[in-house]
Amino acid sequence: MKVTAYTQDGVLNLELIGELDHHVAEQTRKELDNCISSSYEGDVVINMSNVSFMDSSGLGVLLGRYKRVAAKGNRMYLYGANKTVDKLLKMSGIYSLIERL
Amino acid sequence: MNKNEMKCSFISRSQNESLARMLAAAFVAQMNPTIEELADVRTAVSEAVTNSIIHGYGNDSGLVEMFFKNDGDLLTIVVKDYGMGIEDVELAKQPFYTSKKTIDRSGMGFSVMEAFMDTLEVESALGKGTTVTMTKIIGADDE
Repeated sequence: MKVTAYTQDGVLNLELIGELDHHVAEQTRKELDNCISSSYEGDVVINMSNVSFMDSSGLGVLLGRYKRVAAKGNRMYLYGANKTVDKLLKMSGIYSLIERL
Repeated sequence: MNKNEMKCSFISRSQNESLARMLAAAFVAQMNPTIEELADVRTAVSEAVTNSIIHGYGNDSGLVEMFFKNDGDLLTIVVKDYGMGIEDVELAKQPFYTSKKTIDRSGMGFSVMEAFMDTLEVESALGKGTTVTMTKIIGADDE
């Protein structure tokens, strides 16, 4: 799993690339947390279009990052999930927390 | 009628989660699944194997066994470990329940298996391990 980041118009854009499972969850968590640093104040958008696979371990990573962002009163969004990843995201109810663009 | 079986086992290392998915995909491919069916099976297997690695064995090392059976259009998958077992299977199957509360865990593993497969059975005994049996009709949408 690779994480890329850029900021545009005050919004942090993160792109996840690859498979997101338990094996890479901790590394992905750390990379995302490095991007969403304690000093960052703003909304976060996650591009899932290049996530080829995700299981519930990935849900945990997303939820944990959402909690960090929401704790500061900011919002998180995501987009681009493929059909299977989107099915997982829908059944988990995560879209009630993280808005799908 | 196509019939086939495959049995495999591997050490409970997290890098074998993707291996398990590949093995599942390779076996199911023989059943001419749709892309969605294939993805569903890969996800369910990933959940079961991850449970064995994280919850069955924790920081210990052990064996995870997988058994696949193709009986026409009926796919049966068994994922078995010899780890610590589950004290309360029904509690463990509750959505969002996780025994690993110190890390970011969604607690959705069993829920995903139930949603992505047609049937799910979990047998477990403390100190002896857990066996997850899942089935799915492949090609159910074929006319």
